[in-house]
Amino acid sequence: MKFNRKKTWLALAVSLGLAATMNANAGNEVVIGDIDDMSGLYADVIGQGGIEAVKMAISDFGPTVLGKKIVFLSADHQNKPDVGSSKFREWADKNELNMLLGGSNTGVSLAMAKVAGEKKIPFIAVGAAGSSLTNQDCNAYIVHYSYDTTSLANGTASVITKEGGKSWFFLTADYAFGTQLQDAATKVVNANGGKSIGSVRVPLSASDFSSFLLQAQGSKAQVLGLSNAGNDFTNSLKAANEFGITKTMKPAALLAFISDIHSLGLQTAQGLYLTTGWYWDLNPDTRAFGKRYFEKMRKEPTMNQAAYYSATLAYLNAVKAAKTTDSDKVMEALHKLKINDMFVKGGYIRADGVMIHDMYVMQVKKPQESQYPWDYYKLVKTMPGEEAFGPLSDSTCPLVTKK
Amino acid sequence: MIELFGFPVPVILGQLMLGLVNGCFYAMLSLGLAVIFGLLGVVNFAHGAFYMLGAYGTWALMDYLGIGYWSALILSPLIVGLLGVVLERTMLKRLYQVDPLYGLLLTFGLSLMAEGFIREGFGSSGQTYPVPELLQGAVNVGFMILPIYRVWVIVASLTVCWITWFVIERTRLGSTLRAATENPQLVQAFGINVPLMVSLTYAAGVALAAFAGVLSAPIIQVSPLMGSSLVIVVFAVVVIGGMGSIMGAILSGLLLGIIEGFTKVLYPEASNIVVFVIMAIVLCWRPNGLFGKG
Repeated sequence: MKFNRKKTWLALAVSLGLAATMNANAGNEVVIGDIDDMSGLYADVIGQGGIEAVKMAISDFGPTVLGKKIVFLSADHQNKPDVGSSKFREWADKNELNMLLGGSNTGVSLAMAKVAGEKKIPFIAVGAAGSSLTNQDCNAYIVHYSYDTTSLANGTASVITKEGGKSWFFLTADYAFGTQLQDAATKVVNANGGKSIGSVRVPLSASDFSSFLLQAQGSKAQVLGLSNAGNDFTNSLKAANEFGITKTMKPAALLAFISDIHSLGLQTAQGLYLTTGWYWDLNPDTRAFGKRYFEKMRKEPTMNQAAYYSATLAYLNAVKAAKTTDSDKVMEALHKLKINDMFVKGGYIRADGVMIHDMYVMQVKKPQESQYPWDYYKLVKTMPGEEAFGPLSDSTCPLVTKK
Repeated sequence: MIELFGFPVPVILGQLMLGLVNGCFYAMLSLGLAVIFGLLGVVNFAHGAFYMLGAYGTWALMDYLGIGYWSALILSPLIVGLLGVVLERTMLKRLYQVDPLYGLLLTFGLSLMAEGFIREGFGSSGQTYPVPELLQGAVNVGFMILPIYRVWVIVASLTVCWITWFVIERTRLGSTLRAATENPQLVQAFGINVPLMVSLTYAAGVALAAFAGVLSAPIIQVSPLMGSSLVIVVFAVVVIGGMGSIMGAILSGLLLGIIEGFTKVLYPEASNIVVFVIMAIVLCWRPNGLFGKG
């Protein structure tokens, strides 16, 4: 092929010009990104609802911060770590991204957290549960917002073990999230005098869970620990009911969302213990947010959709306090911030990146106990943030251990 | 207790049973695919979507019209079959003259669209469908507690598979169908409406998928992605059985369900790839599949 030198130069000049104008535009904007599962099994956990929540937060804050327009981008990572991290890179390079909200899937968030460290862009992980984000995989730009495997396990696993469920069998989603959640729960079970007598690792999005459940039943354990999420969780609970396993074993949801309970129905889900970082029917503030959200989406928000709203506001407040979008200064302001909104009262971001806030152990109501639509949970226990997320001295995050 | 491969025999028997149930779904789905490929030469990637639509149809009939399971068992496949006719008449028909790859791309695109519409309309977490009253409960068969509904799945799907095989291989209608695919002009010359037959064959194939969807509605969450997580495995089943072989699709479906069931006990992590490993081995050893001709 023969290159046309004139055309090549022209193309180069045009693209340079484009790049220059893009940068000029970006200087007047604060760009917030959201990379999440928009089409897969976790799409109802955050997905479109998360986008709506961020838009609500931006309009509540005011359309500008420091006189700059707030721009919001969103993308689907399709549960593929490489898709998530390359989208993040693209936004960082081309769109001058200022902050990224990480949606569901620990695997993808771990990949994006690496990019955050490399590009020095604040990354608020909401949907990911894996606590390695604030332990061995931590860096100075990560905030872990809604929950982590430690706090989820400290809720459900400790309540059930203390109530006499001493022997556990885990049904575990076979990737970073499931195994970290199982490890965290096993620790809690052991610490409370119980023990884990077996587990089975189930491939993500398996089409049938009955074989795995039969193994759980064969173990004669008292508790069935469901270390999975989304449709994997709903399908395993549904099959456990069908095979009568819920009569001999107590099912424990290590991560369940209100969207899951809604789709399962109370008939199937009743009596289930679960841990949540937020529930729409906790207090007047949460109910008010639930009402506003419901008017737009025709369903109550999950804890993560509420966390998206809260995290966006927290970031914008930090930018306002720091008087700059410079990542290091904003991170400093974020760590100083007291977060008070409909999601959390007196929340704060610890040195390792965990946002410390109360967690709630809930039990799913019986159909006859439910008084009005979406009246699904009764509060069993409120865990103060420090108890839920464990002491900072437990963190293996190099940022903390170095000091 | 007597043991086999280090597992008690009741455990093995239980898994064999569950494997058979899953095998029934594989058999019904791969049968539809095999019929469509064998008679139309179309690689129907939308098969998973039709399966999903069959399940959603069941749920929607109940939720919006109050029509129960037993009527849905007929109605839902009929509706999906009609959809199949429309699809075949308006789109697929134009692709018979070109490379099969185009049909694959078209149906793949259509299945993405179907999933997208359902997700937008009803969300990704899916819907719950109750087990029909008549089939509720479970029986103790000695080695396991077997839900009655699963027994029904085995009976219903094996019956449907047998009827399909019988119609295609043993009746006059079936032989006309097979002749029409060999030499459409000649069969047309005998006064048989070949295009209509082709449309109906496609409809029957996708109705089989929808029937499987109805059967699965009470046991798994009816969700937009329920088909796409299954269709890839089903394609592997068809390839193992031999593309276009009716009996091959049924037998390999059942067999692979059972093998997969055992893998779930022996090495659960590999249960979602064991079918593909077998496919690779079979392709090396018999490139036309276990029951393929040639």
